[in-house]
Amino acid sequence: MAVESTTIDRKIAERPPASLWRDALERLLKNRLAILGGIIVILFVLLAIFGPFITPYGYAETDTDLIRQTRGPANPGESGHLLGTDILGRDLLSRIMDGARISMTVALVVQATVLLIGVPIGALAGWFGGRVDNLLMRLTDITYAFPDLLFIILLTVVFKDTWFGGAVDGLLLVFVAIGIVSWVGVARLVRGQMLSLKETEYVEAARAIGVPDRKIVTRHLLPNAIGPIIVAVTLGIPGAILAEALLAFIGIGANVPRASWGTLITEGQIWMSSEPHLLIFPAIAIALALLSFTFLGDGLRDALDPKLKGKQ
Amino acid sequence: MTATDDDRRVEAGSPAVAELPDAQKLPEAVSLETEEGRRLASQLADEKARHARKLLEVRDLSTRFYTKDGEVRAVDRVSFELDYGETLGLVGESGCGKSVTALSLTRLVPDPPGKIVSGEILFDGVDVMKLSNEEMRLLRGKRIGFIFQDPMTSLNPTLSIGFQIAESARLHLGLSNRAANDRAVELLSKVGIPRARDRMGDYPHQFSGGMRQRVMIAIALACDPMLLLADEPTTALDVTIQAQILELIRSLSEEFGTAVILITHDLGIAAGMCHRVNVMYAGQIVETGVTDDLFDNPQMPYAWGLLDSLPRLDEQRGAKLRTIEGMPPDLLSRVEECRFSPRCPYSRDICHAEEPELSERDSPEHLARCFGTEPGRGWIQ
Repeated sequence: MAVESTTIDRKIAERPPASLWRDALERLLKNRLAILGGIIVILFVLLAIFGPFITPYGYAETDTDLIRQTRGPANPGESGHLLGTDILGRDLLSRIMDGARISMTVALVVQATVLLIGVPIGALAGWFGGRVDNLLMRLTDITYAFPDLLFIILLTVVFKDTWFGGAVDGLLLVFVAIGIVSWVGVARLVRGQMLSLKETEYVEAARAIGVPDRKIVTRHLLPNAIGPIIVAVTLGIPGAILAEALLAFIGIGANVPRASWGTLITEGQIWMSSEPHLLIFPAIAIALALLSFTFLGDGLRDALDPKLKGKQ
Repeated sequence: MTATDDDRRVEAGSPAVAELPDAQKLPEAVSLETEEGRRLASQLADEKARHARKLLEVRDLSTRFYTKDGEVRAVDRVSFELDYGETLGLVGESGCGKSVTALSLTRLVPDPPGKIVSGEILFDGVDVMKLSNEEMRLLRGKRIGFIFQDPMTSLNPTLSIGFQIAESARLHLGLSNRAANDRAVELLSKVGIPRARDRMGDYPHQFSGGMRQRVMIAIALACDPMLLLADEPTTALDVTIQAQILELIRSLSEEFGTAVILITHDLGIAAGMCHRVNVMYAGQIVETGVTDDLFDNPQMPYAWGLLDSLPRLDEQRGAKLRTIEGMPPDLLSRVEECRFSPRCPYSRDICHAEEPELSERDSPEHLARCFGTEPGRGWIQ
């Protein structure tokens, strides 16, 4: 068949391929709150990675000169400490940066665990249905019904003296424990997506050209479910950060002298009346991080599924 | 119909048969003692066997759906044949079993609730019903292409069309990514999409309905299949595009020598495209014949009704559109009567008492399932 290129065809061809992702990105960029959230998230990540290299003080390092002179902590701005020091003369900004490192790692490791467990379980349950679905969903229900905190505390106690309990200053155990209790939501989400997507005509069409089941799930179905998965994972991050801070607050997790935001808040509330900056700055850091991730997640949801906007 | 028309049809219908005489004899010099000679001889034997049989032989195919209200006999003892390179029409009202027949041929009937309960499907000499799921998967897409009704929903919105076309070639022909992409570009320009190479990375939503159906055709033809199942390929498209798509299917099937089963409820399309037509009603074939025989001399009141309900341009404005009174029967119940008899204006007692079988009419190719038009005992003139 003869193919003639007309001007219109050429125009169509010269347009950048507008994938769904490009459209979503455009919508995201129009959402100011989401952009603000995104920028703050990026700042936190940069702070977590490079902060400790830039600051002149280590997070565990006591400013001995200061303690000798004043026999007490520095207030914000005093003696070259931007946010002051804690009771032991350790620079608060450096400690908050170390806390950021812990929180961002929590975000990464926990959500990676959630994806690794939740997506395969949800995909298998939704694709096969029937008995497989029943089995996997009951497993999910049990995980969901089990008290999270109790489970994490139990894990920590059991593994306390093994290499696993001590790895990465005791943090690895906490991360994995939080991950293990958090995958339920994503598994259910992916299962629901699979159930509706596997009835679509393009899946039937893929079957009709002989695409094997495994490839239908990974190449045809998961890409269609990836939007909701990204949203769920982003919106799950504040929960994970908060969970780690909460555990640190009650003394589980990061070993001394690591400075999780939860640890900082515990220390801060002891001296709340005389040294309020010890509580205020870590609290601001944690609130800011949670809010930015939430704004970003909301923005992603609106961008990836414009039909949802304004609802809920 | 004139004799020349007839000749042309036979030629177009079975191009493979015309080539046969050349391949029939082994060259004198070839000896069966040598490896080469034996290979040639076995190749020739394959060729001969291929020409002796039909591409597709369906015998007594029955597909049922098990619902909570009971068994639905969606396809009931359907038998037909298809030659290499031939185009066969399956026509009938909605719900008469056309699509389920096509799905059954590739064993794509959703199970549960559907199940092929009996029958034999010989595709190119292979008994499809006996293949393992894996062998069946290798047949789909490679030997049998499928075009679906609605191009708007049959393409995956998150994958580029280049990927979707190349996928089949990669899977079945073992092509590298690059070779599969080249093949996809070639196919895209073959189905008439301008600047094919530039459009490979585009996504389905950037194409119009007609263009998407062209993409679907490219996917279906990616591995050069022997049979193309087109399930109402133009129903979702507007009339001007319909003609283009049908012409494309026709020209490509002639170019590749692909046999086509065209499912449609549009008799005009069937008349224009098909060598032979099967009329289906309530899960059964009620009339089958060479297109011209069937349209010139339909032998079943249902076929008359279908032909009669086509709106005509030379009619007076405001004239009432003709319909077939009543509804197709409920396929849940097992009936011992002609399934069309409740709606048939010519029915007599025998039609309600006994189920007619397909019987021969004016030619051995032309069969109909009707007591009223049976030669000798029929009462309808």
